[in-house]
Amino acid sequence: MNTMTRPVDGELLRLKEEIEQYAIDYGLDFHPVVFEMCDYDTINILAALGGFPNRYPHWRFGMEYDQMYKGYAYGLQKIYEMVVNTNPCYAYLLSVNNTVDQKIVMAHVYGHADFFKHNAWFKNTNRNMMDVMANHGTKIRRYMAKYGQGRVEDFIDKVLSLENLVDVDILFDKTDFSSNVSVSDEVDEFTEDEGVSGPLKSFIRSKERWNNKQKKVGKKEKKVKKVDFEKLPTRDVMLFLLEHGPVEEWESDILGILREEAYYYLPQRLTKIMNEGWASYWHSTIMTQKAARPSDIIHFADHHAGVMQMSQKRLNPYKIGIELFRDIEFRWNSGRFGKEYNDCTDMYIKENWDKKCNLGRQKIFEVRKTHNDITFIDEFFTKDFCERMQIFTYKHNPRTGRNEIDTRDFEAIKQKLLQQLTNFGSPIIRVESANDNNRGELLLRHIHQGVGLDIVYAAETMKNVHAIWKRPVNLASMDDGKEIKYTFDGKEMKVVGDSSGGGQK
Amino acid sequence: MNHPIKRDHSRFRKIIKGKIRDNLRKYIARGEMPIPKGDGTFRIPMPSIDTPRFRFGDKEQGGTGQGDGQPGDPIDGNPNEPGQGEAGEGEGKKELEVDLTLEELASILGEELELPNIQPKGKKTMQSETDRYTSIGVVGPDSLKHFKRTYKEALKRQIVTGTYDTNNPIIIPVRRDFRYRAAKSHVEYENSAVVIYMMDVSGSMGDEQKEIVRTESFWINLWLRSQYKDIEIRYIIHDATAKEVDEYTFFRTRESGGTLISSAYKLCRDIIKDDYDPSEWNIYPFHFSDGDNWSTDDTKQCLEILDNDIIPSSNVFCYGQVESRYGSGQFYKDLQGKYTEKADEVILSQIKNKDSILDSIKDFLSKGK
Repeated sequence: MNTMTRPVDGELLRLKEEIEQYAIDYGLDFHPVVFEMCDYDTINILAALGGFPNRYPHWRFGMEYDQMYKGYAYGLQKIYEMVVNTNPCYAYLLSVNNTVDQKIVMAHVYGHADFFKHNAWFKNTNRNMMDVMANHGTKIRRYMAKYGQGRVEDFIDKVLSLENLVDVDILFDKTDFSSNVSVSDEVDEFTEDEGVSGPLKSFIRSKERWNNKQKKVGKKEKKVKKVDFEKLPTRDVMLFLLEHGPVEEWESDILGILREEAYYYLPQRLTKIMNEGWASYWHSTIMTQKAARPSDIIHFADHHAGVMQMSQKRLNPYKIGIELFRDIEFRWNSGRFGKEYNDCTDMYIKENWDKKCNLGRQKIFEVRKTHNDITFIDEFFTKDFCERMQIFTYKHNPRTGRNEIDTRDFEAIKQKLLQQLTNFGSPIIRVESANDNNRGELLLRHIHQGVGLDIVYAAETMKNVHAIWKRPVNLASMDDGKEIKYTFDGKEMKVVGDSSGGGQK
Repeated sequence: MNHPIKRDHSRFRKIIKGKIRDNLRKYIARGEMPIPKGDGTFRIPMPSIDTPRFRFGDKEQGGTGQGDGQPGDPIDGNPNEPGQGEAGEGEGKKELEVDLTLEELASILGEELELPNIQPKGKKTMQSETDRYTSIGVVGPDSLKHFKRTYKEALKRQIVTGTYDTNNPIIIPVRRDFRYRAAKSHVEYENSAVVIYMMDVSGSMGDEQKEIVRTESFWINLWLRSQYKDIEIRYIIHDATAKEVDEYTFFRTRESGGTLISSAYKLCRDIIKDDYDPSEWNIYPFHFSDGDNWSTDDTKQCLEILDNDIIPSSNVFCYGQVESRYGSGQFYKDLQGKYTEKADEVILSQIKNKDSILDSIKDFLSKGK
């Protein structure tokens, strides 16, 4: 694919074929997987670039790289594997790893590849992302040549500030992210009829988008960007700004590009626990039951234990994921589900419950298809499981200045977990009005679910929104149970005294 | 390899150093230098730029963890997160805490401050032998035993011989399981170097000023040690008179009295004359003072000694003026007036406070002399 990596060959190729066959025999189903060997510098580069060798130039990739290579150089972290959700699925192996590690990684990768193909949240991801990302790189490089690197980069920085303001539900909406922007039906037919490739489509769309917008503005003439109020409120803030913000063509294109990339990564952010759990479940199963030679076992156990290591500060998604899948498998094998089991109050019977259903495998395949992390935890994180895994919540104690264990109460823990996973851990923000106070001001609302915003960060973020919207930006949230409204007018952020007087809703 | 990311990387470094994109400055989180933690580990800075986003306030956050303990027990948390990183995910750790050898530390220093390697003068006369523990052997002293390797060998042997019992998994290593770290040594011929530190300990040099000198000399030593395998260090303190002392005294003495800088320079000159032949030694005199010399006559005498003896025999003469609570003295200006055009042989630096230590180190060492 490029000169930095080389395809696997010899013994590893043979192992790859062997492990692939095991994976298929177990019922895993995936797009073709291409394994490439690379050295640690290359894998650091690829990891810093989110898996894609060709991205647009931006300092943050340099920052990621800086941290990756320092972590590696000081022997603190090492990337064993990387897999990219494309078709074919690219996976990178670190050439210095020993054979046992490579086998584990391969088995792990087939787990990911199966998950990418079958999990519902990935249904609409563009599998041609290699080319799309490369196109984005070319386009942005061109803009940089034309408008200056500093200027373009500065705009990218502003948009990155909004990267987490996406609407999770859109993942189910339409098949093509680059298209879902005010594109008429004709265009859809045109592209599909002509059999235009995805990446090219993505390119055509950005032009269409612009032309459409121009048309709209042209038609309505002096009516000043009349916003489509039926679409409000919307959580797709990048799309909203791209369609309705006073941006130039190249700016709207960059908004579109970054939005497309954000939505590409979104499913992975929604399924971290499941995805890693699933892959770990399969590397463990394939290795222990098929692929490991007797001489591999100790090294395998050592490696596996390292990956599964838990910490007091953070739950390890690999560990929680694999244990949940195993728990589900066990429960559905023994029939520990449903009304009869739940209603049973005799602890002895419950302890020895075994209906010999043998539905475990089938169930976990089903779960990996239909769930994301929130529903996964919500449905399968049981009191039993929680106690067995010794999970607790902790809190910062301002008196002692330390983090301290808060509680081991199951309900509280589950609540905390779900809250951390809601909207992939980001606050839910939506655009409510584009004409707030009847002065063309933008009204954002934070849907408050018990945790307030970091107001210093919010102020900086609003500054960036303002730079794009170019009119005052208002933010409604809650503070101490009361509604509070902030406004950013281009200079500073202020609390608006009485929010009920504003023109919202 | 020349991947485009190297350009992203250098751009990032430039932003961090404040050379471009000044508007990002306030988002930069960084510690400048590795910070010694006192237990042999160092905190390595991971400079990063934090893109502002809407996010939750910290105080209501907390988290979930796993392990033993009662409510109320503190959790220390292992900062080394387990697991494999998925690309494009999560917030990177901002800091690493690691054991570093002094060599590694020096290379970080060199990289951070963009210090050039020193071009030594003189012949390579010093013989030095270096040991590096890079391999594993089957014999060795107990203190070098490699427990993990030993354990693995024992486990393998027990499994192979069938003496491993999964119900009672006790591993007993025997003689032939033991593995030891083994060293390889090689002899190198090195340039020899000596650093002569002179510090003004007159009444006006307070504890804070000494702390600055100490920190600065720690880093200077570190850097020079990375450049010369064997290095000698001599310490001189002076007020109105000068004497040679050991390292402990150098950093801890509190004298009082007037300041005659020439006394130190005389002693320095004598030390060089007696012990270090300039044709064989790389000589680095460093002088730290608040610059408040007693009389202009004495200053004149100082300049004479510098001109005739110290500067001709040294690689470079360095003078650091620490600002004390009485302000900054005249001596810096006296030297500046005379040596501005001789910048190759004399390096002057003013150290206002702790924060400017780095800049000052950079002043001293960036000439590569």
